[in-house]
Amino acid sequence: MISAFGAGLLFGIGLWLSGMANPRKVLDFLDVAGNWDPSLLLVMGGAVAITAVAFRPIMRKKEMVFDKKGIDAPLLAGAAIFGIGWGIGGYCPGPALTALSNLSADVLIFVAAMIAGGVFARIVSPAGPGA
Amino acid sequence: MDNFTPVSALAGGALIGAASVWLLAANGRIAGVSGILHGLFAQPPGDRWWRAAFVIGLIAAGFAWHALVEPAAASEMRFGPLALAGFLVGLGTRLGGGCTSGHGVCGLGRFSLRSLAAVMVFMATGMAATFVMRHVL
Repeated sequence: MISAFGAGLLFGIGLWLSGMANPRKVLDFLDVAGNWDPSLLLVMGGAVAITAVAFRPIMRKKEMVFDKKGIDAPLLAGAAIFGIGWGIGGYCPGPALTALSNLSADVLIFVAAMIAGGVFARIVSPAGPGA
Repeated sequence: MDNFTPVSALAGGALIGAASVWLLAANGRIAGVSGILHGLFAQPPGDRWWRAAFVIGLIAAGFAWHALVEPAAASEMRFGPLALAGFLVGLGTRLGGGCTSGHGVCGLGRFSLRSLAAVMVFMATGMAATFVMRHVL
């Protein structure tokens, strides 16, 4: 539990340092037709450079298996819907949660709606994929 | 591209990657924030403590950042679009089983084709939605 707290803390600092907790910066990345800001590519690149090296040895040691392999309709539909919400608000789940520290009503509304959306997904698709 | 911040982007990304590796090594969990959050509201109890601890860590990071580095910026978004955006993000990440962290940082890191497909799709629809919001509406 303490390690999960620490990982969350480090993850959150990374979000703020990278600028991804600022929705305007995220939207400036998604806005390829505007004053484009490619920073998010480097955030993703920096993060994946580390997970790509470390994940597979750890997963092998822990004998972790992911049973879902195929690319199916819920995956694609879900990703498409998520992207639309991301492109409207500039928040994905991690930045939205850490931005609760802004103590502003708009982040609270976003997070409440996000939780409601997740609960709604379970109602329309009870057998859908987990995390 | 005068808003490009390559150094802090790479450094922040590296911290995010390191945090994901930490959670995998210490807790045997994938640092997919949408999955961690949704699980808080769906899983049987017992699974909740590490999820809550991660989320509290995320929020604590924001308070620390505001106290030590820069104060919170004023918001510029209207409530209606934000509520719609939040609902779509919650619905989509739950259906698709991941977000920018679960499919992006972790999924790409384990070379998952499912995650690669999800990332390409949400990048594309995200760019399309932002285009509509900023240049059409």
